[in-house]
Amino acid sequence: MIVAILYIALVIVLAWSIMHGRKVIRTERTDAVFGNPIRTQGGYHWVACGVSSLLLVWFTFSWDAGRAFFPNAANELCQVAKLNRAINPIRSAFPLDNRHLLGTRILSRDLHQIELLSEELSKLDLPDADRENLSALIDDVREALVLQASSEYMASGISERFQDIAIRIEQLALDLQNDEFPGPVDEAQMAEALAQPGWGESSTEIPVLPQTERGRIFDAAAEIMAGITKDYSETRNDGPELVKRIEEIRQRIGELEAAATQETYKDILGDIEKISKRVDDFRVFPTQVTKGVEASLVLLEKAMQDRQGALRFIDTWALPGGDILAGNNACSEQGSGRWLPKPSDTLATFIWMADPAQGYKGFPLFWYKMKPVSEMVDFIVPDSIADLIPREYGDHDEQGNINYGFKDRIYSFATGDFDSFAVPVPTGHIWDSILRVLAGLFLGILLGVPLGLFMGLSRFAKGYFDPLVELYRPIPPLAWAPLILTIFGIQDDGKIFLLFMVAFAIMVISARTGATGTQLSKIHAAHSLGASNRQIIQQVILPNSLPEILTGIRISIGVCWGTLVAAEMLAGTTGIGFVENVARKQSDYEIIWMTIIVMGILGLLFDLIMRFVIEKTIPWRGKG
Amino acid sequence: MSDLVTDNLNMVFKLPDGSSVHALKDVTFTLKKGELLSVLGPSGCGKTTLLNIVAGFLHPTGGSIKLGGSIIEKPGVDRGMVFQQGALFEWLTVADNVNFGLRMKNADKKDTKQKVEEWLSIVGLQGFGETPTYQLSGGMQQRVALARCLINDPDLILMDEPLGALDALTREKMQSLVLKIWKETGKTIMIITHSVEEALLLGERLFVMAPRPGRLHKQYRLPFAEMGLDGDPREIKNGEKFIHTREEILTMIWNMEEEIMGKVEVA
Repeated sequence: MIVAILYIALVIVLAWSIMHGRKVIRTERTDAVFGNPIRTQGGYHWVACGVSSLLLVWFTFSWDAGRAFFPNAANELCQVAKLNRAINPIRSAFPLDNRHLLGTRILSRDLHQIELLSEELSKLDLPDADRENLSALIDDVREALVLQASSEYMASGISERFQDIAIRIEQLALDLQNDEFPGPVDEAQMAEALAQPGWGESSTEIPVLPQTERGRIFDAAAEIMAGITKDYSETRNDGPELVKRIEEIRQRIGELEAAATQETYKDILGDIEKISKRVDDFRVFPTQVTKGVEASLVLLEKAMQDRQGALRFIDTWALPGGDILAGNNACSEQGSGRWLPKPSDTLATFIWMADPAQGYKGFPLFWYKMKPVSEMVDFIVPDSIADLIPREYGDHDEQGNINYGFKDRIYSFATGDFDSFAVPVPTGHIWDSILRVLAGLFLGILLGVPLGLFMGLSRFAKGYFDPLVELYRPIPPLAWAPLILTIFGIQDDGKIFLLFMVAFAIMVISARTGATGTQLSKIHAAHSLGASNRQIIQQVILPNSLPEILTGIRISIGVCWGTLVAAEMLAGTTGIGFVENVARKQSDYEIIWMTIIVMGILGLLFDLIMRFVIEKTIPWRGKG
Repeated sequence: MSDLVTDNLNMVFKLPDGSSVHALKDVTFTLKKGELLSVLGPSGCGKTTLLNIVAGFLHPTGGSIKLGGSIIEKPGVDRGMVFQQGALFEWLTVADNVNFGLRMKNADKKDTKQKVEEWLSIVGLQGFGETPTYQLSGGMQQRVALARCLINDPDLILMDEPLGALDALTREKMQSLVLKIWKETGKTIMIITHSVEEALLLGERLFVMAPRPGRLHKQYRLPFAEMGLDGDPREIKNGEKFIHTREEILTMIWNMEEEIMGKVEVA
């Protein structure tokens, strides 16, 4: 319901944005080159247009809209799929989807191969007697193959059987056109069908029992068709003459094989046996006999199409880019409906996982936990600080009393062994990823910017550090990952160091560019105004490099984010990349899709924040 | 007396390939306190080198240069500079640009604020204190640069083609402003310029320099700056003496340029 309303709203927004955009275009100035001089500005209506068309594509191709507007369609199409599945074994024997009859295909392949064998034989260096034996055998096999196509030697009762099958199929086609078919509704069956979980509510995805009148028709037809198909597949063209000849051939092969000594001779014999055995299937019929079945199939398909009515339209337009297929006892979505999860399902999965009690793999997605301050003290304050304090640690006296001194108390403090209040600390897969990026970025800025400025100001620094930075910078960060993760471990240390490396190189280069780009006259001006070297760096070079540095940060965030997710996929137990990696192993498309969207939105958010920061802090950019 | 005294200044630049360029040769002059000097010459005659030496950005390879009796060794607040493009700090407001020098020596804040307002009003930018610098026009930026330099109360003001990038009208206004400041503050000012008219109008004294090696070619003492203090600059420019001097100097520079071109052809 919500999806349907949303879908209609999106269509309206799309139409409105295009109309509004066209109206705006008419009022815009045009220029000889590329039309509008302010073309780089975009416009919120085009943003609305882009977003709504993107969402419409998602809603449409994930079949979310189809499900919202035609909730019964999948169940009905499942019944149609069942009928198709029942027809398919017969259908594939006829030139309906294929270009040739099944019999024609088999016969042509076998005759071709026997011809190849005969050619191969003529090239082999064999005693004349052997050659004659083999060539006679090949001729016999060829004759037996040809015999299959002859109505004269056909197995008895085959035409009658096919006639019967054709009549039954035609009857089914008539049934499909009959409004009475398939008889009154069985209340118990219907109740059971209606009690099934709905479309997308369970792991089987689509309810398999027919829930509607139209569904019942196809379900019943599928059952009848399955019986017909069974009879058809059991029909064999095993005429007595053919059986006799195959027996003979086999016997001779056995005799020749027993007497054979040469390897090549044995090989040829083996090949002949292989081909002769194929005749055993007896699936080649004289062409005329099966014509009736083919004609009845065409009738049946026509009747099926008519009976589906609007369902075919829904299948094409509301469920585009794929089909609903029936399996042994389940129906499933195939194509875009399968790998492109529905927005509503994805959102539901996200909400389900966002519940901190649920989380993913026992870890919340985006939450906080209370952490005592003592733990942080333990982490930050090194234990060895207690060793540096003069005097001795406490000891025990004659009575067994243990005397702790000041030094012991310091040690307890440094190890976090004291009661303290707790503060909320962000925790969860998404938080972990964000914090790793921010930590790597922070370290990269902290060390990269001073080094970059130094390199921009000193020939020595430029020359000395250039090889270091430029050698490792072009290497894709993921190429470092195995090494870094081995050295620093798969937990946060390794990943933060990897991100630090990424951010560091970018920050060095952008700070260096900024420092190099400072006009000499500005430095001169500051100098003659009485600024010291230190003041010039702080007050002139640093602010002058800010545009480059902030652009560097913006780029770093993007690259760090990409690297982090990939690194989390390699190793680790938390993080958004870890979630996707586990979901990938379980082919859980909804969670994969959800992680992709979360990453996209977070990336966008970071970039928007940086754009805002850039606009606020360096409004002079490009105007100096 | 804080006179600028140079004695046989020589500047030789060594090039990486072993050759050297004689940028200044035997430059000797004395600039008395309160004098207004403009330096004119074809490109490559060492004008800017001379200015950089006076400012302390360069050390001469020969001779000596003294301001007020002490040798110039490095840039200092006693010599203010104004550059062609203003060289303002565009990330600061007008007021923060102007008080840059005072902030660098941690001067009293209240006092600073008062001085900034004073100087802004002298250069005609009252009320622009909080305006971001990048929003100013070229002429206004030059006014800020002037104020920024003058607030430090330097003995000597050095201007490197300060009005070169301005349009003709703004330029005339700025010329009047420079004259007004010269008169009101009594500062020693040294202006480097490309424009002969500007050099004549703003030069109580005028040096014409010649290239290869850079040297003082001719010195003038001119009345136009004094006249410009009260009179209409346009009238002065149309005066017979002004036009005569202008043509004389133009011919001089023209010949120098021809000489250079000729030398290039021979080489």
